[in-house]
Amino acid sequence: MFRTFALTLAAMAAVGPAVAQEVTTFDLDNGMDVVVIEDHRAPVVVHMLWYRAGSADEPPGQSGVAHFLEHLLFKATDTMAAGELSQVVAANGGSDNAFTSYDYTAYYQRVAADRLDLMMRMEADRMNNLRLTPEDIDTERRVILEERNQRTENDPNALAREQIRAALYMNHRYGVPIIGWKHEMEDLSQEDARDFYDLYYSPNNAILVVAGDVEPEAVLALAREHYGPIPAEPDLPERFRPKEPPQLAERRLTFVDPRVSQAYVTRSYLAPERDAGAQDEAAALVYLAELLGGSSFTSALGKALQFDTQTAVFSGAGYDPMSLDTSSFYVSVAPAAGVSLSEAEAAMDQVIADFIANPIDEAQMERVRTQLRASETYALDNVEGIANRYGAALTQGLTVEDVQAWPAILQAVTADQIKAVAARVLDRRQSVTAWVVATEAEAK
Amino acid sequence: MLSRFIVALFILFAAPLRAEVAIQEVTSEQGIGAWLVEEHSIPFVALEIHFEGGSALDAPGKRGAINLMTALIEEGSGDMDAQTFQTARESLAASFSFRVYDDGMSVSARFLTENRDAAVALLRQALISPRFDQDAIDRVRGQVLTAIAAEEKNPNRIAGRAFYSAAFGDHPYGSSQNGTVESVNALTRDDMVAAHAATLVRSRAKVSAVGDISAAELSLIVDQLLGDLPAEGPDLPARVEFGLEAGVTVVGYDIPQSVVLFGHSGMTRDDPDFFAAYILNTILGGVGPRSVLMEELREKRGLTYGIYTYLVPRDHTEMVLGSFASSNDRVAEAVSLARSEWERIATDGVTQEQLDEAKTYLTGEYPLRFDGNADIAGIMVGMQVQGLPTDYVVNRNDYINAVTLDEINRVAAYLLKPDELHFTVVGRPVGLE
Repeated sequence: MFRTFALTLAAMAAVGPAVAQEVTTFDLDNGMDVVVIEDHRAPVVVHMLWYRAGSADEPPGQSGVAHFLEHLLFKATDTMAAGELSQVVAANGGSDNAFTSYDYTAYYQRVAADRLDLMMRMEADRMNNLRLTPEDIDTERRVILEERNQRTENDPNALAREQIRAALYMNHRYGVPIIGWKHEMEDLSQEDARDFYDLYYSPNNAILVVAGDVEPEAVLALAREHYGPIPAEPDLPERFRPKEPPQLAERRLTFVDPRVSQAYVTRSYLAPERDAGAQDEAAALVYLAELLGGSSFTSALGKALQFDTQTAVFSGAGYDPMSLDTSSFYVSVAPAAGVSLSEAEAAMDQVIADFIANPIDEAQMERVRTQLRASETYALDNVEGIANRYGAALTQGLTVEDVQAWPAILQAVTADQIKAVAARVLDRRQSVTAWVVATEAEAK
Repeated sequence: MLSRFIVALFILFAAPLRAEVAIQEVTSEQGIGAWLVEEHSIPFVALEIHFEGGSALDAPGKRGAINLMTALIEEGSGDMDAQTFQTARESLAASFSFRVYDDGMSVSARFLTENRDAAVALLRQALISPRFDQDAIDRVRGQVLTAIAAEEKNPNRIAGRAFYSAAFGDHPYGSSQNGTVESVNALTRDDMVAAHAATLVRSRAKVSAVGDISAAELSLIVDQLLGDLPAEGPDLPARVEFGLEAGVTVVGYDIPQSVVLFGHSGMTRDDPDFFAAYILNTILGGVGPRSVLMEELREKRGLTYGIYTYLVPRDHTEMVLGSFASSNDRVAEAVSLARSEWERIATDGVTQEQLDEAKTYLTGEYPLRFDGNADIAGIMVGMQVQGLPTDYVVNRNDYINAVTLDEINRVAAYLLKPDELHFTVVGRPVGLE
């Protein structure tokens, strides 16, 4: 099947410049989805393969196996030596890497556009022909444990975030860290990695995104040649994710670590994500995050706590609309010298209460709207970023149409929608409030 | 009025790519130079300005002044206080970022074609007439003090502080540009005015722009932004030698994984051997093809998530540095291995195969860097700072390809000094002291 979208032109007519990045999609007979994004400004291509399998798809007790497998995909296949793929990419002047998230694992290479054939051949090879050895497992497990040390164990704020997420998600796997709990990582076996690979690394669970100086027909021909012969996985399961039960009680925690240099309070709420055909609430939440704590100069928290009063040294709010299942929304305040955490939290709650009680500042809302519109213009300068949008969307339950509709949906958000979503989401029963401090004495 | 400007064209045809980066050299009415790449397909401009000097220009006893001043540029100017200024900027959807480091201060801006004049006027106001209101100084001072507190608990920053203070002593390179609690608390508005006059200096500015703008338009903008800044500034800091002797320094800190920063003296950017050194570093511990150190420490033994080395030619000194992190119980093995590999490459050199592989990577990767308006603007400013001509982009791969095995191994023998390596280790390393 072959469909072409004269991209964004529909959306762009309303919200941005008439620059067309042509986006073409098709799917292979074995169920693999393909997205081609044309950008002919430079003779470069980004070749990405996204699997609909992330840490939240792992079996219980094997946290970190999705990320461990991501590392192992750089080892040997039946026809390539360990490390050879990256070596070939580098020898062709390219760069390559991979990343794992809750909902996806993705591999990419960035090279001269005329090397696409080679990239596809190697990426298709490791979809099916990985050859793991016990030595690889032992050495690479040490590497991921050192990675966890570097990212998490050595960083008190990262440790605090783990505890917060674990408390926020009472039943969903989003409460388990992507890199894994240390004690489970230590026990990850070759069989665990192999099982995850055999089940999820198949064309009917993958999305190919090719972006840059390419022609869709040529990409289709190459994809058929390299990925087409790989059989679909007949036993690919429906993505099963445990749902959150009704959250009826606010949770609070105090994380004490002497390495914390600045105490802060942060509250995370469950929040809806972008869903196929239903992105309005998520769009309103993007505005809510900006209006509450986007700019430290003009947002509600910034104005009240950093300018009208000197309550905070930093404040902010954030929300990630991209998630397969329920996402989260947070607000944070780092108290200024002489202000206690309970005073800072009370001030934060007052800002939220005032925001809900009062009309939305229309001028501020227009500034947010203007900046979101401009961000679409700026985004056109980064084809890799555009490629990421499609890969992330298609692994997180959205369609190409949803990606293309999103900028216009953002532009159409009304004050009433923001008020409604604020009232629904800023519900402390569905939240975790954390105090992050260096000593018990600071927790007051 | 039409400004006169001189345009020179250089086109990069970097094999095997068809990359075309047409760099125009523009000289404004007031004689300020700028480099331009016109790219009209997207209606915005990325503008990059770099002032030579940076936080190393801090006056004696005023450490942290230039850092605080830089943070205050966006906190009110002309007749606008901080919030009024930011409200105006947000209304235009322009972004301005002001950053300072030891050797320079940079301004990165991007703005839409549809409101370019207003955005440039706002940026001019910030650069030329910052207000340094007392309430803004006090608010941002609080943020800087938070950053200083964070440095004291961040293992990488603790390692850096120990290493650089031992290497450079009282020279500005020997201390954090944030300053100390004492020095920052003592800074006044007068210090901000003085720091501004010392740092934002017309004759020390390098400018580049990429995007939807013509040479004539850029020429006018350059004068508008920089024409009213002081022409000259104070003397640049003195040269300083790397003063850290061979050895291991352990800074005790309760973390499970030790953080290691190591190195010795290095090579200047204008050294005729620089390209050989650059390729050598790529092979030893750079990014690209798997490096020798990455192979030995990570791939073979799982001792670290990553180890990297860097040539660090600063304006007033030069170093070869490396960094990695390993569990406390394995870091001694990693340190020993890093030192022995350093020695092996210095003694035995690299192989023809390693050299060829690095060359293929470096020459292939170079054109891929010219991707995106802001990236190209950043590269062009970097070239001007290094004193490179516009046609460097055309010739650069030839310089890489010209390096021979004899040359790179001659350089390895004197640049890598295993007997001079100093390792600073933060953590609770077992078997190191």
